[in-house]
Amino acid sequence: MRENNSRRQMLLGFMILSAIALVAFFAGMIAPHEPNQTNLGERLSPPSWQYPFGNDNLGRCILSRIIFAARISLYIGVVVVSLSLLIGVALGSIAGYFGGLLDELIMRFVDAFLAFPSMFLALAVIGLMGPGLSNLILALVVVEWTGYARMVRGEVISLKGKEFLEAARSLGAKDSYILVRHVLPNVLAPVLVMSALGIGFTILAASGLSFLGLGVQPGIPEWGSMLDDGRLYLRVAPHLMIFPGLAITITVLAFNLLGEGLRDELNPRLGSSIHEDAA
Amino acid sequence: MSSANLIEVRGLSKVFVSGLLNRHEVRVLDDVSFDIRRGETLGLVGESGCGKSTLGRSLLRLIEPTSGSITFDGTDITRLGRGELRRMRHRMQMIFQDPESSLNPRMKIGDSVSEPLRLGLCGKMGRKEILERVYELMEVVGLNPEHYGRYPYQLSGGQNQRVVLARILAINPEFIVADEPTASLDVSVQAQILRLMMDLKSAYGLTMLFISHDLEVVRHMSDRIAVMKCGRIEQVYRNEASSSSAPSLHLG
Repeated sequence: MRENNSRRQMLLGFMILSAIALVAFFAGMIAPHEPNQTNLGERLSPPSWQYPFGNDNLGRCILSRIIFAARISLYIGVVVVSLSLLIGVALGSIAGYFGGLLDELIMRFVDAFLAFPSMFLALAVIGLMGPGLSNLILALVVVEWTGYARMVRGEVISLKGKEFLEAARSLGAKDSYILVRHVLPNVLAPVLVMSALGIGFTILAASGLSFLGLGVQPGIPEWGSMLDDGRLYLRVAPHLMIFPGLAITITVLAFNLLGEGLRDELNPRLGSSIHEDAA
Repeated sequence: MSSANLIEVRGLSKVFVSGLLNRHEVRVLDDVSFDIRRGETLGLVGESGCGKSTLGRSLLRLIEPTSGSITFDGTDITRLGRGELRRMRHRMQMIFQDPESSLNPRMKIGDSVSEPLRLGLCGKMGRKEILERVYELMEVVGLNPEHYGRYPYQLSGGQNQRVVLARILAINPEFIVADEPTASLDVSVQAQILRLMMDLKSAYGLTMLFISHDLEVVRHMSDRIAVMKCGRIEQVYRNEASSSSAPSLHLG
């Protein structure tokens, strides 16, 4: 029962994400209109055959903008999580594996970042650097890497008592070899799960910052800034907010489905990969 | 250089310190001294928690002893630097109590066995050469070739302990610390593993420290037996293999 459920979740998440990725990749061919083409005659007009999701306050095609925005959102999600992973896994595994003073130094550094509310920290970074895509990415990495560092450190510490690491050490293997060959493969599963959930969170946070006008430059279609643009017209033209909102919801949901499915699948106690053929 | 003793331990102590403000010291090993002769199996018995495992790990410097010296084949290994120690490590190996956790769960059995060869502990070997050697070793310890691609969780405890033995044979050490290698196995499998260990020991001329709380097993395996209590070695006596000559012991 359980195992079928997690499989189905994962599959559903994966299918939705593949569809979104395809749409983002072939945006130029799929989008019915030019995303930045204004058509003041169609200002705020509701969904029609020609404009399936309607038009925004400048008469731009909302469907086309949502399709092009998928590129930006996926890009931000993947880049932010990859950079956070890189920093977090490196520092977290070093802290956990070597322990002692190095651990103290790294983890107090992490605590310094965690002392600020995360959104506040992101706002501070953007306030300091100015808005824009690369600063948005930087701000989100600053917020997110600590989570990966802490989780990886915890996983590594829980592995440390395992005898196979002592066995590797008694081969005369170098610490770097043991870390890469024996420690990291064993912390990969939870890291993978957290990354999938993390991309969803990142897209949401990026949209939030764009909604506040602190994300990508105006003009570039982005789901969060589309919500922001639509805010003033909520009563007369709710479709300005409904469709980008749906796009965010579905994407985040898909990443969560994938992440949670992966978590159950990779957990040896729940997963289906245990074969009862031990003689 | 080649004296009769492979291992000479003198005044070995280990104190674990916990707590930063409220310092709490636990003396786990207290001035332990003994020798192990070449080719001999020294049995080490004692209650749970008397420091047997700490002693075993300290001998290989998997735990840093607080004081004392350990001489391995004429070299005091407590004085070696990190790099020097690393180059000596393959000459001494350890077999752990829980065979499953002594194998990397994400590594195939074959890769675990071939790891020491791939690291070049037995000189440079080609891929084909390594593969042949791994299959040969797996056969020596009684594993089937089809086990090569399995993962540790797919094998039983006894099979995993065989994998550990094959891996150790690949390393080809002179000295082995066996820390209750059969404690987590059921009785019939225990006997198989013990017999296999004795066969391998005589075939490869290994020196061994055999740790157990089971006096019966230790008597079966050892040339001499050391009795440990509260971090000290109480006595060392020759194992006459007949149970009447051993002093009565209260082992928990």
